[in-house]
Amino acid sequence: MNEAIIKLSAQGVNLWFGNKHVLKNVTVTFPEKQVTALIGPSGCGKSTLLRCFNRMHDLSPDARIEGKMMLETQDLYDKKISVTEVRKRVGMVFQKANPFPKSIYENINYGLKINDIPSKERPAIIERALKESYLWEEVKDELKKPATRMSGGQQQRLCIARTVALRPEVILMDEPCSALDPISTRKVEELIVQLKEQYTIVIVTHNMQQAQRVADKTIFMYLGEVVEEGKTDDIFNHPQKELTKNYVSGHFG
Amino acid sequence: MKLAARETIDSFVKVVFRTTGLLVIVILGGIFVMLMWNTIAFFAHIKPLDFITGTQWNPAGSHASYGIMPLMVSTGIVTLGSMMIAIPLGIGTAAFMSEYANSRLRNILKPMVEMLAAIPSVAIGFLGIVIVGPEIAKLTHQANGLNALNGAILLAIMALPTIITVTEDALQALPATYREASYSVGANRWQTLRKVIIPAAAPGIIAAVMLGVGRAIGETMTVLMATGNASAFPKGFFHSVRTITATIAIEMGEVPYQTTHYYALFAIAAVLFLITLLVNLAGEYFVNRYRKYQAA
Repeated sequence: MNEAIIKLSAQGVNLWFGNKHVLKNVTVTFPEKQVTALIGPSGCGKSTLLRCFNRMHDLSPDARIEGKMMLETQDLYDKKISVTEVRKRVGMVFQKANPFPKSIYENINYGLKINDIPSKERPAIIERALKESYLWEEVKDELKKPATRMSGGQQQRLCIARTVALRPEVILMDEPCSALDPISTRKVEELIVQLKEQYTIVIVTHNMQQAQRVADKTIFMYLGEVVEEGKTDDIFNHPQKELTKNYVSGHFG
Repeated sequence: MKLAARETIDSFVKVVFRTTGLLVIVILGGIFVMLMWNTIAFFAHIKPLDFITGTQWNPAGSHASYGIMPLMVSTGIVTLGSMMIAIPLGIGTAAFMSEYANSRLRNILKPMVEMLAAIPSVAIGFLGIVIVGPEIAKLTHQANGLNALNGAILLAIMALPTIITVTEDALQALPATYREASYSVGANRWQTLRKVIIPAAAPGIIAAVMLGVGRAIGETMTVLMATGNASAFPKGFFHSVRTITATIAIEMGEVPYQTTHYYALFAIAAVLFLITLLVNLAGEYFVNRYRKYQAA
């Protein structure tokens, strides 16, 4: 774990929404090909931090960001890098499954078209992406079906397939299981563990058990600050700080 | 004593409101019955087939003919022209307001678009006579610019507020998650708008267009002022046309009571009523479809 390469990092990041100081001097690192969980009570800024990494805050005019966000040696907020390239390299899966109101096939095809992948290569990529998200067996005969008619868990796995189809380097997941039933949740968690062989994954979760099941590293945030980070096992079983101990043992949050 | 007075007032108010409510239905029903009654009277004089297929509207001559075709074609040309202008402009404006403008600019633009709807039609007709008409005449080297194109331009202006407002509502009603999903796979704003937002909002946009068409078909004063009102069979955008609405407005004032001509005007009014009714029903149908979809 110590030799792991740092894939993604934030260095002294501050973020304001209007006058509200949401992220306070956040410095964190995410090791390559591992799952890192961001935990903390609601409103602690973990989703906000996650959305910094694929520049989703570019869309909200009142957000102001200072500090450095790095993908390896690439500054994600460098004026020379295009935001669409950032988002291709850093994919995102959202809290609520948000397939497009199109067919299952088109949901994945859309991102491929956007990124100018030749149409000859697309069917194979779509099949591979659906296989990687363990959806292929369930949907291979109904690729033309509207994605919105799938179950919630299938929709979320389709969103993951949509993301992995683009071969990103990092996948950001914002509470991907919070709207799912336990069986779907288990499938998505198994998928996350599989995906870390190829991708660096950052997952925001409210579910302590989930963090312990899937994450190699855990970062605990509180009121916009990073309180403690370390191996998941250490954070949950041997926390260094009182605040962390109280949170992971369920005293607040 | 006091309690009894309050109950009396309460039941009195109930009667008042019930009366006003029913009155609206009675008026609407009355108009419909009157239109249909006079239309039936017209068909006692003229065969329906001659009315529908006749290519001449000439109620004054000794061989009077009551063909609705030239009027329908006139209305059709003007409406089609206005939509060819208003649909791209309207969708473009709505897309700009919904997807590109910041909230401050949107808060200025939205009331301004709504104010456009408040300009009296006679004022827009005036614009057609003194500005649009002369310009068209100059560009096409014609004696005057009172033609179908002029009417189409003015009707486009009048249909724009409806199209913009309803389209913008439809775009705004889409969940933000669609946009996020599209941006997260690396799409830019234009790709998101064209490939995700507009297709998803299509029912609402169709509704907007339908309501705009309804507005254009029924409009009278501006087309009366701007299109020249020649009763010859219309030949195109650069020729004078006479719409159904303008025909009724021009001839109703001079027609002898209860003659064939008089009934004929009711018949074309009934046709107009049916067209606008169908267009508006179609518009409402699509509006409801996107509302349902929004709730889901």
